[in-house]
Amino acid sequence: MNTPPQKSRPGAEQIPVVVSAIVPLNDLVTRFEFCRPDGQEFPPFSGGAHTVVEMRDHDRTRLNPYSLTSDPSDSSIYAISVRRDEQGRGGSLFMHRSVSVGDAMNITYPVNLFSLDLRAKKHLFLAGGIGITPFMSMIAQLERMTGNWELHYSVRNEALGTYVDQLRYKYPNKVHVYYSDQNQRIGLEQLLDGQSLGTHVYVCGPTGMIDQVHGAAAAAGWPEEHTHSEEFLAPQPGKPFEVRLCKSELTIQVGENESLLEAIERSGVDAPYLCRGGACGQCETDVIRADGEFVHRDHWLDDEQHSSGQKIMPCVSRFLGTLELDR
Amino acid sequence: MSKFQFPDSILSRPVYGTLAPRQGKSHLMIADAEGAEAILDLAARDAGLMSNSHIIYIPKGTDFAPKLGALSVAQLYVGPSYEASLPRLRHVLANAHQGLQVYLAGTEGLIGQAQNEAMRAGISPTSIQTEHRGSVARRMQCVHCKGITEDVMHDPFQCAHCGLHLFVRDHYSRRQAAYQGVCVDAEDPGSAPDPVELYS
Repeated sequence: MNTPPQKSRPGAEQIPVVVSAIVPLNDLVTRFEFCRPDGQEFPPFSGGAHTVVEMRDHDRTRLNPYSLTSDPSDSSIYAISVRRDEQGRGGSLFMHRSVSVGDAMNITYPVNLFSLDLRAKKHLFLAGGIGITPFMSMIAQLERMTGNWELHYSVRNEALGTYVDQLRYKYPNKVHVYYSDQNQRIGLEQLLDGQSLGTHVYVCGPTGMIDQVHGAAAAAGWPEEHTHSEEFLAPQPGKPFEVRLCKSELTIQVGENESLLEAIERSGVDAPYLCRGGACGQCETDVIRADGEFVHRDHWLDDEQHSSGQKIMPCVSRFLGTLELDR
Repeated sequence: MSKFQFPDSILSRPVYGTLAPRQGKSHLMIADAEGAEAILDLAARDAGLMSNSHIIYIPKGTDFAPKLGALSVAQLYVGPSYEASLPRLRHVLANAHQGLQVYLAGTEGLIGQAQNEAMRAGISPTSIQTEHRGSVARRMQCVHCKGITEDVMHDPFQCAHCGLHLFVRDHYSRRQAAYQGVCVDAEDPGSAPDPVELYS
């Protein structure tokens, strides 16, 4: 039986899956398709949802979030599209190099932090590079509902236009592609100007692009509720530091190349999480004592909370000094 | 003074703010009676707003229309009733673009109904500004016959449609833009208490 994600547990419930297909899409991006070993159907999900993929990389367990890029109404498979990041922490490299068809893996139930607002009269999608991924499932969902949508998709060059051919073939009048190497840019101001009342704009891509869209929409008088964005942050390396987990009565060391959340998990403490990218707020942890400097990197806490020194999001944020947490 | 401080109530009860100028491509202001004062205050805070503004105003026997006319707005429509101005309101919303700011001021009945129209046109309810001014009369729906009685000032009151004596509740329907009135003497017909003026 399918059980819904339990919030009291660390992370969403997992589903055992088998890798059923690995499809290289271009030099950098590969699609991984999963099916269930018992032949059962996957639970349904909504456009924009992601799953956290567990990777057993020797003695290290990696948990990386990826947007589901399959059609939400096709419950026979889940698919993700992974961009190889040579400079990253190794999750995408593990997927590209060490995963083969037939491998058994664990992924979480879908979690959606970037859902469609179905009150919208029109959905305007802005994608940059691998930021196309959440829109693949949103578009599939809207097509079945005959929803009104339009995609503006900026890619580096023709060779790296993930899903460009497929999208253009299926929706020639709704998809607009911009090639950076040909100096093509999404004309944000003109695009936002004159959109009919009830339009919602969704952006997924590099930080700079997300900030630009929020800024341009606000300047044009768009209500905050009409601008949606998703950005998963990868934890950044930093100086090692020591943390006292007061409830667990443990003192742990956070290494240079692991996140605070990963260090807590490595020590055997079950800490809550969902997105592992600073967006969902699930891992929010109370600070009991802090001797040093916070390196906040999340999108969850506001500036006031960041400066208060009372809270930390261990999935992406770090500390310089010694920290005591209520965990 | 046309402002009234409503006492705290249940979550269902709408709360109103104070109109503030917002950045936008165009502005739609809808007001009835003393709601005009809220628009005049808004214009005093940011006169630059008005040249891109469309005001739909229902005087309900007040004489604020000339003052609104002096604001040099893009359009001012003075209508005899909310119902009479509804085709215009719907036309404006149907042709509007993102960047439109909506300001509603006056009685609860007007604010609720106009907010409903704006929501149906695709604007998030939380981005619509409202300010209560003037009468505390309520638009009430009878939960028994579903008929709407406008401008209810007394509790309990008699439903204008079915004649039942209804208790004025704070339970509000955003879809109906009306408070829900429930029969006050169902157990013992004829035992309805004497009507008392709201907030008296």
